[in-house]
Amino acid sequence: MKLLKTIGIGSAVAAMALLAATGASFAQTRIAVVAKDIGNGFFVAAGKGAEEAAKELGDVEIIFTGPTEPTAEGQIEVINTLVAQQVNAIVISANDPDALVPALQKAKQRGITVVSFDSGVAAEGRDVQLDPSSIDLIGKTIVKLAADNLPDGKGKIAFLSGTATATNQNAWLAAAKEHYAEFPGVEVVSTVYGDDLFDKSYREAQGLIASFPDLAAISAPTSVGIVAAAQAVTDAGLIGKINVTGLGLPSEMAAHVKSGASKSFAIWNPIDLGYSATMIAYHLLKGEAKAEPGAEIAIGRVGKIVLDDNRSAAMSDPFTYDASNIDQFSSIF
Amino acid sequence: MSSLTDAPESPVTHRKIPDRLDNPLRSALLSWETLLLLVAVVIFIVNSFASPYFLNAWSLSDLTFNFTEKALIALAMALLIIAGEIDLSVASIIALASTLMGLAVQSGADTPTLVAIGIGTGLACGAFNGVLVTGLKLPSIVVTIGTMSLFRGLSFIILGDGVFKGYPKDFGFFGQGYVFWVISFELALFLVAAVIYWFVLHRTNFGRRIFAIGNNETAARFSGVRVAQVKFVLFCLTGLMSGIAAVLLTSRLGSTRPAIAQGWELEAITMVVLGGVSILGGAGSIIGVVIAAFIMGLVTFGLGLLNVPGIVMSIFIGLLLIVVIALPIVYRMARK
Repeated sequence: MKLLKTIGIGSAVAAMALLAATGASFAQTRIAVVAKDIGNGFFVAAGKGAEEAAKELGDVEIIFTGPTEPTAEGQIEVINTLVAQQVNAIVISANDPDALVPALQKAKQRGITVVSFDSGVAAEGRDVQLDPSSIDLIGKTIVKLAADNLPDGKGKIAFLSGTATATNQNAWLAAAKEHYAEFPGVEVVSTVYGDDLFDKSYREAQGLIASFPDLAAISAPTSVGIVAAAQAVTDAGLIGKINVTGLGLPSEMAAHVKSGASKSFAIWNPIDLGYSATMIAYHLLKGEAKAEPGAEIAIGRVGKIVLDDNRSAAMSDPFTYDASNIDQFSSIF
Repeated sequence: MSSLTDAPESPVTHRKIPDRLDNPLRSALLSWETLLLLVAVVIFIVNSFASPYFLNAWSLSDLTFNFTEKALIALAMALLIIAGEIDLSVASIIALASTLMGLAVQSGADTPTLVAIGIGTGLACGAFNGVLVTGLKLPSIVVTIGTMSLFRGLSFIILGDGVFKGYPKDFGFFGQGYVFWVISFELALFLVAAVIYWFVLHRTNFGRRIFAIGNNETAARFSGVRVAQVKFVLFCLTGLMSGIAAVLLTSRLGSTRPAIAQGWELEAITMVVLGGVSILGGAGSIIGVVIAAFIMGLVTFGLGLLNVPGIVMSIFIGLLLIVVIALPIVYRMARK
């Protein structure tokens, strides 16, 4: 029994010391940022953005948390502990838009402001949803990125998309069409589908290179397609002749940016996203903005948003990555 | 023979024969349950000091939602593991039961029908496991690894990446309602179920048979225990509890996706093992499992209140499991 006691008391004291050391301070405004899962670089970056917003606002403490596995059940447990801590706001990217609704409604009943970002929560479970970008802005970006690096702004470009039925990509390509007129030098010669499979995308890119000898750019609004196209251009020895761009992940594109196969590409910036969502939550809980259709909310250095009928809004153009900033972001996501 | 009769006056009449060889008070103090209770109390006290938000009726009530559904499964799982079997498909049974309930909602089923479908699906899945294990004499770990993929696979086929929602409003009571003040329906149901399972395991012939099978299946069979029948009933019970958990969880989430309750089988088994049930079968108690469930809830919620990242929680639970299992062994070695 003596040994048991010693171990018991010893571990209790140790645990108390450990817990006391990590104990949070309170009294100021506390905004919790809930990731889909902890250890996901995208959300770690969003957390950094939230910290940046907190520093700018002054009296805000950020609680960055999330479940171990990306599950709705795990996030509900996290939400319950945040409600118990009486945080002022919860900023969350949801693993499930519907399953979180009852837990978040409970949070709202207890006076907690709820803002979802990236992966949204159904309208009845949150105050505001912040999308990283809008279909229209993405559509414009995938043309603009190709046009920006054309010699004299003139040349032939082709799209390499995901599957022919993908809702996202088709909406972006349709939106891109609306913006063709703004880039008169650009001639879109073809749209092919790599099905978000690396080898099929690679072969489709090879096909484009063979069919259009004077092709100047390939724009791939898919993280699989853009890497495959960059690889195909590299393997064909056409770096500098054909520029690959579109939407991709910095970690996967870093090598191709450095080799010159891709001069620039875009994707939402998770730091800005965390920053903006935190700003929105702060303005809402301070009563400086209202979560209602048509409301305008300032988001610091990023600008402002206007809420639509669903109380959701798009943050900004996708963020452009090139040789100047790729190293900073490729380690993040 | 002669040596016996030649022996001096027999001392037998002076020797005291104890009723039992162990000292009941001493063994109660040294029991696993006491140790667990001690751990639970320590964690409770540490939590109260560590966070100002812990000692609050609503916080404590919210805390129970972290474990009640899993603990309901753990009750039946404890019986199954004591009998020397295991069921790894419980979380997948939840997924299938929830999916079928969602399917029924689409055709306008009312709340009693939904509950019946949820529990019925659980029971059917459990019976299916039971038939494969007892009828075909397959090892339960292999069978339930198979049905784990099968049941969840079926809900993936039905749902794909879609979602079922639109559950009736009164259906929300099971996972979100309260029977009295801060006592949730889930907690009340768990406590009632715990008493029933305690009675069945520790106070009935059926319970004795479970221990007998777990200790020595052959001996149990030769003693007239219908081993296959008992095991079949235990698989059905585990399925039934998974079905009940499916009703509660679906009601709490208000929606169904095929990824629902992912990984819960391991958490339920962790509760059982932490509760002192021998993973080899033949030993364990319901009280231990109940305390273990509360410990898991206290630890996850307490660390959550301090915003300790989830991975640290997993490490903590793992350490707790090792410490609680190793402590009695270390103690025995130290005494020698």
